[in-house]
Amino acid sequence: MLVHSRTGRWTAWALFAVLFVPLFALPLLVVLAASFSTNWSGAFPSGPTTAHYAAAVRGESLQALTTSLVTAVTASLIALTAGTWAALASAALGKRGRRIVDALFMLPVAVPSVVVGLAVLVAFSQPPVLLNGTRWIVVLAHTVLVTAFAHQSVSAAIRRLDPMYEQAAAGLGARPSYVLLRVKLPLLLPSLNAAAGLCFALSMGELSATMMLYPPDWTPLPVLVFTATDRGSLFTGSALAVVLMAATLLALLAVSRVRTKASYR
Amino acid sequence: MTSALSVSAPAAPEGRRPRTAPGGRRPRTAPAWVWALPPVAVLGLVFLYPLALVVRESLAPGAYADVLGSASFRDALVTTVWIAVAATAGCLVLGFALALVIAFVPFPGAKAVAKFIDVFLSFPSFLITLALLFLYGTVGMANGIWTDVTGAATGPFRFLTTPWGVLLAEITYFTPFVMRPLLAAFSQMETAQLEVASSLGARPLRIVRQVILPEALPALAAGGSLVLVLCLNEFGIVLFTGAKGVTTLPTLVYGKAILESDYAAACVVAVVNVVLSTGLYALYRGVSRRAGA
Repeated sequence: MLVHSRTGRWTAWALFAVLFVPLFALPLLVVLAASFSTNWSGAFPSGPTTAHYAAAVRGESLQALTTSLVTAVTASLIALTAGTWAALASAALGKRGRRIVDALFMLPVAVPSVVVGLAVLVAFSQPPVLLNGTRWIVVLAHTVLVTAFAHQSVSAAIRRLDPMYEQAAAGLGARPSYVLLRVKLPLLLPSLNAAAGLCFALSMGELSATMMLYPPDWTPLPVLVFTATDRGSLFTGSALAVVLMAATLLALLAVSRVRTKASYR
Repeated sequence: MTSALSVSAPAAPEGRRPRTAPGGRRPRTAPAWVWALPPVAVLGLVFLYPLALVVRESLAPGAYADVLGSASFRDALVTTVWIAVAATAGCLVLGFALALVIAFVPFPGAKAVAKFIDVFLSFPSFLITLALLFLYGTVGMANGIWTDVTGAATGPFRFLTTPWGVLLAEITYFTPFVMRPLLAAFSQMETAQLEVASSLGARPLRIVRQVILPEALPALAAGGSLVLVLCLNEFGIVLFTGAKGVTTLPTLVYGKAILESDYAAACVVAVVNVVLSTGLYALYRGVSRRAGA
C-alpha cells in the first residue's frame, strides 16, 4: 500500500476513475448503446431499436461474419502450425541461428500491416503465383501477420519449459518424435491455446492489409464496418462492430476454457 | 521423424551441462538447422520475397525523387512522426499513472480492471475511432450535452477530424500496451522497499519518483518503444477518422496504391515506413531483452 491516508487513497481512486471511465469504459459503452438506437442528437441516443441487429445477421452482413470467421480460423491454424514448427526448430539451434530465425519471424510485427498487404498484392498479382482477386490472398496476408504473434508466444513458452522432462524421456529411451508428440507438445498445449486465441482475435479485427487486398466476394466484417461508417450509417456500423466484438470474445472464452482443462492435465 | 534421429544417446556428463542448452542432445546425425529450413522457406516465399519485390518496385526510375520531393509525402512523414511521438508520451504518462493505482493503491475490482485491459487489447483499433464519433462527433454525446445546456446550435467539439482526434484515439487504444508490462513489473516488486521508504517518512510522490520509477524504467522503455512502432504503423484509426486532412505514411501507401494505382510511389512510401519502424523495432527488441521482458 503506497498511500496510507484515507483522503489520499480516495484522491488516487477518483483520479483513476476520471481517467479510466471516459477513456476506456465509455467508448465500448457508447458503441453498444449506439447499436441499439436510430438517432443520437442530444446527450443520449434515442429511438431504441433492434433493427440493426436484424440486418446484421442477414444477407451481406452474415456473409461477412462467416467470411471473417473462416479467414480467422484458417489463418490461425496455419499460423499456429508454422509458428510452432519455427519456434521448436529455432529452440534446437545454436544461439546465433536462434536469433536469426526469431528475428525473421518477428519481422512481420515491425513491418506495417498496410505494407504487408501491399507486398502480398505486388507479389501475387504476377506470375508464377496469381492469387489476386481470390479469397486466398486475404487468408495468406492474415496468416503472415498472425504467424509472428504465434511464433513469439510459443517460443516464449518453450524458453520457460523445464528441459528436465524431455531429458528424462530421452534418457528413458524415447525417440525424438515421441518426446515431441507425447512430452513437449502436451506441455506446450496451454500456450498453444493462448496463441490460438490471440491469432484469432487479431485476424478477426484485421483491417489494414485486408483493405489492400479483399476481392468483392470475400469481404471480412471489419471492411463492412468501415464501408458502413464511411457512407454515414454509423448505427449499422456499430451493430456490426458489436457483432465482431461478441464473436471475438466468444472465441476467446471458448479457447480459455480449453486452456483450463489442459492445464489441469 | 526419421530413424536417423533415433540414435540420440545422452552421455552421462551431458547431464551436467548448463540448462540453457535445451535438451543437451548435441550428438545426432540430422543437424538441427535442417528442421528450421521448411518454415523459413515458407516465410521467405510469402513474406520476404514479396517485401523484396516492393523494394525492387520502389527503385523505378525517378520514383524516389518524385515521392521524396512531394509536399504530400513530407506532410505525411511529419504528421506520422509527431502523432506517434506524442501518442507514445501520452500512453507512457497515462499508463504509468493508471498502473500505479491498480498495483499500489488497490481497490475492490482492481483485478477486474486489469482483466478488462487484457480484453481491450484484443479489440480492433478502429472501434475506438468509431466510439469517439459518438462521444465527440458533430452529433455526439459531448456536443449534445453542450447544446442541451447552453442552447447553442452546435457544440464546440470539432477536433475529431484533425490530428488531435487521431492522437486521442491512439492514446486510448495503445495505453493498455504500456500498462501490461508495467503491471507485470510491479507485481514482481518488493513491497518491503515501499514500506521501508514510507516508514522512513518519504511521501508517496517521493516514493514513486525514487523507488518505483527506477524499477519501472525497463518496462516503460519496452512498452514505450513497442507503442511507438505500433503508432507509426497504425492504419485503422486514421482511416476511420475519415479526415482528408490527416494523412500518415500507412494511409498514404493505401491512397497511392488503391485509390491512385500508383504502385511505384506506394512502394517508395512503404520502404520509408518499413525502414522507420523496423529500425525502431530493433531498438525495442534490444531494450526489452535487456529488461528481461
